[in-house]
Formats: sequence, structure tokens, C-alpha cells
Amino acid sequence: MTTLFTSDHEWLHIEGDVATIGVTDYAQSQLGDVVFVELPKVGRALKTTEAAAVVESVKAASDVYAPISGEVIEVNEALVAEPALVNSDAGGKAWFFKLKIADKSELGGLMDEAAYKAHTA
Amino acid sequence: MLARDESQLQRTPLHALHVARGGKIVPFAGYEMPVQYPAGVLKEHLHTRSAAGLFDVSHMGQIALRPKSGQVADAALALERLVPQDILAVAPGRQRYAQFTNGDGGILDDLMVANFGDHLFLVVNAACKAEDEAHLRAHVSDSCIIDSLSDRALIALQGPKAESALAKLCADVTAMRFMNTGPRNVAGFDCFVSRSGYTGEDGFEISVPAAQAEALVTALLENPDVMPIGLGARDSLRLEAGLCLYGHDIDTTTTPVEGALEWSVQKSRRSGGARAGGFPGAEKILSHFEKGASRRRVGLRAQGRAPVREGAPLFADATSSEPIGKVTSGGFGPSLNGPVAMGYLPTQLSANGTSVFAEVRGQRLPLQVAAMPFVPNTYKR
Repeated sequence: MTTLFTSDHEWLHIEGDVATIGVTDYAQSQLGDVVFVELPKVGRALKTTEAAAVVESVKAASDVYAPISGEVIEVNEALVAEPALVNSDAGGKAWFFKLKIADKSELGGLMDEAAYKAHTA
Repeated sequence: MLARDESQLQRTPLHALHVARGGKIVPFAGYEMPVQYPAGVLKEHLHTRSAAGLFDVSHMGQIALRPKSGQVADAALALERLVPQDILAVAPGRQRYAQFTNGDGGILDDLMVANFGDHLFLVVNAACKAEDEAHLRAHVSDSCIIDSLSDRALIALQGPKAESALAKLCADVTAMRFMNTGPRNVAGFDCFVSRSGYTGEDGFEISVPAAQAEALVTALLENPDVMPIGLGARDSLRLEAGLCLYGHDIDTTTTPVEGALEWSVQKSRRSGGARAGGFPGAEKILSHFEKGASRRRVGLRAQGRAPVREGAPLFADATSSEPIGKVTSGGFGPSLNGPVAMGYLPTQLSANGTSVFAEVRGQRLPLQVAAMPFVPNTYKR
């Protein structure tokens, strides 16, 4: 499994032709206490940088973008029931959705962990 | 708030303390202010409702209105030329909520007016304080000296443990009731203490000389019941309490009647009263009292979990294309564990229980008009 990152503070776990997407611990620390999450519908075809999900703290609403193109094949309903998971386990239990990757060449534009660490330093 | 060059941002006398305690500093109304501390908005909000929260509100304007005659009634009558409130009736040691109105009956700012015996003490919003002072100078200089108390800090201590925490530094405060105010010696410092606030909780607002602000706040924070609270929780607390934020829920286009602030305009200033009218916009405001206004500020509760925020348009039903109003403040209420908002609706749709819809990200979310405060207040009357 490969983990990649976007400059918008999202992470992608790549397994075969499926990408699992969430927000980074850095993102959750900037958002503050998350109180609401809205997820895309399963089956929706997303294009790169399209707004896919919404994460809201007490203070503000933020979009979660599709980091690559693909079809939504699964969403994390547990997150809707317990939005605070984003704060407690951003890189793990708080995954947002899974995409069937449309074009693997789009992964080339993403950062590896070392590059992302440098980005947030 | 007003956009200002960040290099010109001012700091309050408590800036170093905010930074030392890990406050996340943001520009607000021309000041560098803490939006939250490491505990976060949710915990800060809930701590204020269960124990005591300490807020730096030193960015707000503190103004003494000193009558040239020496008679505080003369300052009260002068101020009544600018506000629709009965200021003459504010007894020594008491304070009252008021609004500066404009010629169209709109609200230039909202403020607190205290009677300190020989002068009036005003607290105004940070973003409006320069305009408010100029307004006072232009209209009441004939009878009053307008004294800007820029060498004082202002803090708020709010919540069910506020009284016990402050009483350790000033035993007198236990005898105060809601809206009592006046000079008090707190921890050896010359303070003005009022039993009031902006959270819906019992609590106090304390004006302290700038040079002693850090020592006073440090002494209060030694009490484990007291936690420093940022502007984020200040906003969610006042929203749950149904209190207006100037520039959002009320502004130069809303009259006190449209803003559902009739309770703040005493009978003596209304038609038939002893000193009816005589304030800017009286014709419009008194007509709103008599004939009603076409729109009204209301509380809104959502049925779902999605917060409905400022600016969201409101609709009468799920499909109509013409908005009938809009949300002026909205977010998540931590004590209610759900979304909470306020906004303006046509008066005929402003009754509690009326169903309306807000448009959020292209979807119509059902809302109900709801009584405010959303969280019952706990003032010590």
C-alpha cells in the first residue's frame, strides 16, 4: 500500500485500483472540533479537484476535494454518525470515501510523505 | 469585520498572555485576538457553561460621558438624543442595553450604558468605536466631556463558577445582581465591575487599568474552575443565548423593532411616553412600534445535523425560487449538540414553529422558527 498526499492536506491510501481518501492530522488540527461531515453518494463520478465532501467545525465549513478522478465506491458512514473521529484518528478510522481510480497517471502529481512533511513544515 | 492592513493591527494588554497560553491569534476588528486556545472551541464553550470562562474583550471601546454641569441627569438627557432608550431612568449603580440609531431608524452600534453616579460609562463594539466617539463628540459635546478610556482593559468572566472565582478577589460581588455595576477594588486594583455578559450565563465584565490587566487575569486563571476562552466560543455562546452580533444580526439597515429588540426601548421613549421620540430615526422606529415592521429577526433550528451559516438564503418551501430572507448568524451550538441560527423573515412567517428552508450547497434544508434564547439564560436577577 502506498500513501500519497495533496497540498490541500488530504491523504490517499492506494491499493490496486482503489484509493481511500481522508484528511491529514495537520488538516484536523487547523479545522478544530469537527461537528458535521457530508459524504458523496456512492456511484458518483468525481473529477480531480471537484468538491466531494464537506467537513464542518464549530467555526466554519470546508470542502474535501477529489484529489484524483474516479467513481465513489464506498463511503465511511461511521464518520457521519461520529464526526469527532476526524479529530481523534484523521489518518485511520476517519477515512472519508473510496474511489475506483480512473487514471493512474494522475497519481504522479501527488506528494509522498517526505514531500508532504516538507510542505507543512 | 472591516478589512485592515495586518501591519496596523493593534494588541490588547493581554496579548503576551494569549500567546504564552497557546492562543491561536487572528485579526479581528483591527486587533490581534485569540480565536481559540489549545483546548479548542468545543471544550471552551462547554467549560463556560459548566464552570467559568475568561474572555479578553479589551478591543471593545470604553467611554466615560462626563456632564459639564456635574449632574449625571444632564449626560443621560444628552445621550437620549442619540438612543431610543430611557437613560434618565438608569439608577446609579445600574446599566442598560442601548443602540445608537441613524436617521433611517437603523442601528449604528449597540452598547451598554452604566450610571456611575457622577457620569455615564459606555461600552461599545470594537469595530465601531472610532465612529461612535466621533458621533458623541458631534452631538453631545455641548453638555458632556467625551473621555475615551483607552488605558483600560476589559475582561469577562462568565459561567456558573464566575461568582465564586471573582469573590475570592472581591467579596462584594456576591451581593450584585444582573446589570448592577460600579467601581470595585478587585485584587487591589481599581476596577469597574458589572454583573453582565454576552454568553447567557451569570457572570461579570471587569474593566481594569491596562497595566494591571495581566496580573488580574493571571490571578483569576490560578483558579482551576477558570479557563481562558477565545472568540470562537464567545460567538457560539452568544448565538445559543440569542444575542445579536452587531454588523451581522443588526446593522444600519435594521430598526430595533425589526431586530426584535422592542424590549430594549422603554415606554417613556415610545409614542405617548414622557420623552417620546427625540432620537435619530424616531419617526420610522415609532411607526414600526405602532404598525409593525415587514420583517423580523428570528431564531432558527434545523432538523438535520448540517450547520446553516451566515448568508444562507431562506425560502418559504422546498422549491420556490425567490428567497424570503436570510441567515445572519449560524453555526453549531455545542450545548445543544446541533445547528443553531438566527436570521430575518417576513413578519407573517416569524411565529415560532413556522417551517422554512435554508439553501446550503444547493440543497434545501428544513428549519423551524424557534424561540430565543436557545439555551436558557442563568442571570442572577
